[in-house]
Amino acid sequence: MAPDINPLVILFASIFTGNILLTNFLGMCSFISISKDMKSANGLGLAVTVVLTITTAINWAMMRYILIPLDLMVYRYIVFIIVIAATVQMLEMIIDRVSPALYMSLGIFLPLITVNCAILGVALFMQIRNYDFFQTLAFGFGSGLGWWLAILALAAIQKKVARAPVPAGLKGPGITLITIGFMALAFVGFSGMLNVQ
Amino acid sequence: MNNDTPAAILKRNLWTDNPIFVQILGICSTLAVTNNLTNTLIMTLAVTIVTGLSSTTVSLIKGLIPRKVRMIVQTLIIAFYVILVDIVLRAYIPEISKALGPYVGLIITNCIIMGRAEAFAQSNPPVMALWDGLTSGVGYMAVLVIIATIRELLGAGTLMGYQVLGDGFTTWTIMVMPPSAFFLLGSFIWAAKSIMIKKEAS
Repeated sequence: MAPDINPLVILFASIFTGNILLTNFLGMCSFISISKDMKSANGLGLAVTVVLTITTAINWAMMRYILIPLDLMVYRYIVFIIVIAATVQMLEMIIDRVSPALYMSLGIFLPLITVNCAILGVALFMQIRNYDFFQTLAFGFGSGLGWWLAILALAAIQKKVARAPVPAGLKGPGITLITIGFMALAFVGFSGMLNVQ
Repeated sequence: MNNDTPAAILKRNLWTDNPIFVQILGICSTLAVTNNLTNTLIMTLAVTIVTGLSSTTVSLIKGLIPRKVRMIVQTLIIAFYVILVDIVLRAYIPEISKALGPYVGLIITNCIIMGRAEAFAQSNPPVMALWDGLTSGVGYMAVLVIIATIRELLGAGTLMGYQVLGDGFTTWTIMVMPPSAFFLLGSFIWAAKSIMIKKEAS
């Protein structure tokens, strides 16, 4: 039932050729508002990667062992979103208890992540593409890394853009979107390497 | 509660406070389907309906929800309407539902819906909340339909699947690829903002 693709290939494909942000437009809201400085971009990227890896794995298990046997796939949206919200809440509490330093750098980004479309998007893609457990793990982790890479690159470019003479109407979101467009164009260059759906 | 008239809300949601080019909200779930006009129309219509109905529901039960859990309650209300929309799409237009794939489900995390529930429906009566949700959806639809029209026309020479440009037309491959959506939306925001700046100056 699962497609015959090596999980490592899925990992690389989800970072480069099928970057969740640049080819599927997922996770744009927090991407545009947070990408102004490198430090928060890094924190948010790390948080997204951690949450994405964990929730996609849990959602896979929920789907495989609860939703499919009980024939409740109609309710998958609600189940997925509850799993994501609950995981984020628990992570927040655990990190707060274990490492206050990490909480200071990561904690403020966690609530933002519940409404990040990339998290739910990866869960839905994983379901549509019928991945098995290890493929799912690679897909979740790779998508997180890809998102992290994209937001870091954008934050770095934004630093240069901030000093460039941009027309008044284009300032802010306009130029950010056009910059993302160029990044997406650069990533299209990777698509000749692998093609995994 | 406040003196917003229906006409003022309409103007605000369509132009001065447009969800896309002023608030930059909710583009994640829909930008991906803008390479095809039919899909974009169905998708934005779904977003409009879900925004309207969930705003109404949030407004109706706003007195019953404790403040602390309101986010999760709002998410569940939105998820409920998205499931309804998904079932209707799958029953009546299965091919389009298949083409939209995971993006219908992603309406749940569309920031506009949560944004309207939080910013407007929480503190306004149900009828106004419905109107606000619907007009926000229309403002959102207008921008994306323009982008989809350009992308499908130049990328495939068709509109809603019908051949519009003649056989001699060379299709622009970039228009069907993801980067063009970013470029078009960026340019659209540029144009809209320039007009607004000019208006303010005069």
